[in-house]
This record gives sequence, structure tokens and C-alpha cells, in this order.
Amino acid sequence: MTGLLDRVAHLGKWVIGVLIGLGAFARLCAAVIARLPRVVKRMELVSAQVHFLGNHSLAIILVSGLFVGLVLGLQGYYTLRRYGSEEALGLLVALSLVRELGPVVTALLFAGRAGTSLTAEIGLMKAGEQLAALEAMAVDPVERILGPRFLGGFIAMPLLAALFSALGVVGGWLVGVALIGVDAGAFWSQMSEGVDFWNDIINGVVKSMVFGFAVTSIALYMGYSSRPTPEGVSRATTATVVAGSLAVLGLDFVLTALMFSSN
Amino acid sequence: MQKTINLFVGIFVLLGLVALLFLSLRVSNLTSWSTASSYELVAYFDDIGGLKRRAAVRSAGVLVGRVSSIGFDDKRYQAVVTLEIDSSVSFPKDSSAQILTAGLLGEKYVGLLPGAEEQALKDKDRIRLTQSALGLESVISQFLYNREPGGSASK
Repeated sequence: MTGLLDRVAHLGKWVIGVLIGLGAFARLCAAVIARLPRVVKRMELVSAQVHFLGNHSLAIILVSGLFVGLVLGLQGYYTLRRYGSEEALGLLVALSLVRELGPVVTALLFAGRAGTSLTAEIGLMKAGEQLAALEAMAVDPVERILGPRFLGGFIAMPLLAALFSALGVVGGWLVGVALIGVDAGAFWSQMSEGVDFWNDIINGVVKSMVFGFAVTSIALYMGYSSRPTPEGVSRATTATVVAGSLAVLGLDFVLTALMFSSN
Repeated sequence: MQKTINLFVGIFVLLGLVALLFLSLRVSNLTSWSTASSYELVAYFDDIGGLKRRAAVRSAGVLVGRVSSIGFDDKRYQAVVTLEIDSSVSFPKDSSAQILTAGLLGEKYVGLLPGAEEQALKDKDRIRLTQSALGLESVISQFLYNREPGGSASK
């Protein structure tokens, strides 16, 4: 009997722990967002973070985008050729990139490339008591450290996703038109006929903004709430990738259902 | 140091915006999309088949507008289709609208067949002559029904 009660109590403890974590996450997000007006006044801090998160992620995003486009072009061609509709290759590549692959794969890579570095940086700052030192000097660490990083990630993510999609389309063009010899005119005209600006491009940008928000805030929270030990920082970094990727995939399902179900 | 960082960030942001521009102008249909100047026409159909919002409106095969909304009129028990026509194009009052299919199984679109009247259709006017979508099922059933009594077609 006591064994069963212990189990129930264990479950209760776990649920309370999850709720406390979610609450702390929401409070941190609210605190960061509330300080954004003051963060914007020091744009040089934000631009340093866009450089760190965006420019340094360019290489992996561009190369991944190009190769995803190449593979999509090749596989799409093999399948479409069966039905004699190779001309729809451009449409297939562009729609799958703009709607899904661009924002999602960019966000996953962004969580791995930029999110982890954010978490590790803030976790180590915490372990080195630098955040506490800032507070002792009456500098708000949320405003000085978290704010610029959050804004930097939020700005960099949609731009990276757009670059990913654009490079992917170029990759699809390389394989389809330049290599295999699909008609270039049909490739582009079918693409622009089928891809809608508001329904597809803008929704893709909105998706990448949501993902940027999610990944950056999760990375900041994990670093900020990590235990100030080497093991704590390493766990927080892992948790950023796991939680960030799962959040992106879950949000993508919800957003896709909301955006593309109506038509 | 700060200056070079700013330069690199500027390049990055510019690159991202160029990519967005490429996606909106080259990949999507933004260039052929204009609500700047258009007028609305209304047409009632018995059956719209699989016509969807934003479907093309064509005349002689040329894109002249888009379907802006589809509704149901519970007084006439017909579908109300609102067409958004480019204001540079005008059609005679006795023009007719029909729902056509691109290819055998392709997308449904609205075809406008111009009439012979002098006066042109104006904003919010109704197209009186309409022809409903011709479903593949009804064509097949008609075909089967018609050849049944004769029986001498090709047996």
C-alpha cells in the first residue's frame, strides 16, 4: 500500500517539477520581453549577437540548404518522371522547402549550432558567478546578457531560414535544370504558379519567427537555470538541443495544421 | 572591431533580405498578384465541383482575375462565386461564366466567355449565364446511360 502511495507521490512530484519549470520558463520569457524596449536602445550589443548567432551559422545553413535542395531535386525527379510530370519539379522543391523544410531544418540546425553555444555561454557565466557579479554592480543580467541574445536569435532565425529555402531552390534548379535537363521555363513558371506569396512565403516566414523565438528562449532558459557545475552546464546544453528540437517539431505540426488546413 | 562586426551583420541581413526577395518574386506568384485595381463580379452556379478560393479566372486561356470568395445562397440554393477581375479588362453584359478543368484531372477554374452586347459589366454586377462544373462522374454516367438503350454502339 505504501509502495503504491509512494508511486503516486512520485508522479505528483514529477508533475509539480514540470509545472515549476514551465512557470520559470514563462516568467523568464516575460522578463526578457518586458526589457526589450531598453535592449533596443543598445543595438551594438544586439548586432554583436546577430553576428555571433547569424553570421557564424551561415556556412552550415547555406551548405545544408544547397544539399537538401540537390537531394529534393534528384528524388523528386525520379518520382515525378514515372508520371511524366517532371515540369512540376520546381513546384515540388519550392513548396516543400518554403512551407516545411526551410523553417524546420534551419531551426533544428540553429538549435544545434547557436542554441548550444548560448546555453553553454550563459551556464558558464553563471558557474563563474559573473551573472551574480553583474547583479552586485546593479546591472540587470536579464537586460544586459539575455536580452541582446534573445533579440539576436529572433532576428537571425528568419533570415537564415529564407537563405536556406533560397539556396535549396537553387540546388533543385542545379540538379533539375542544369544537370538532368528539365525545361527551365516550365520549372520556374510551374513554381511561381503554384507557390502563393501570402499562403506559402509569408506563412513560412511566420513559422521561422516562431521557431526562432522558441529555440532562443529555450536555450537562454536552459543556460540561466542550469546548475553552476561542469556537469550542470553539460546537461543544460544537451537539454537545449533535445527540448529545442522537440519544441520545433511540435510547434511545426500545430502551425501547419493552423496555416495550411483551410484550403 | 565593432565596425567590422556591424559590416558583417549588415551583409548577413542584406543576404537574408535578398533571399526573401528571391522567394517572393521568383518563387511565388507575387509578381502576378495584384489587388491594386480590380472589380468584382458575382455568378451563381448550380454546382461548383471542386472550385476553390484564389482559383484562376481565365478568358480565352488568359488569366484575367481570381475567385475571391465562394458562398452558398440559401434562397436560390445555389453557390455564389465572387470573381475579382483585373480592372484593365472589361466584358460585355451578356458574357457567360463556366467552371472548367485544366486538363483531365487538373485544377478547376472559371472561364469567361464574352458576349456581344455593347454595355460592359460593372463592379458588383451579376453574370446571368452560367454553366456548372462538369464532373468526370456525370460525364461517365451520361455516357453509360446514353448508350444503354441502343446497345448497338460497339459490341
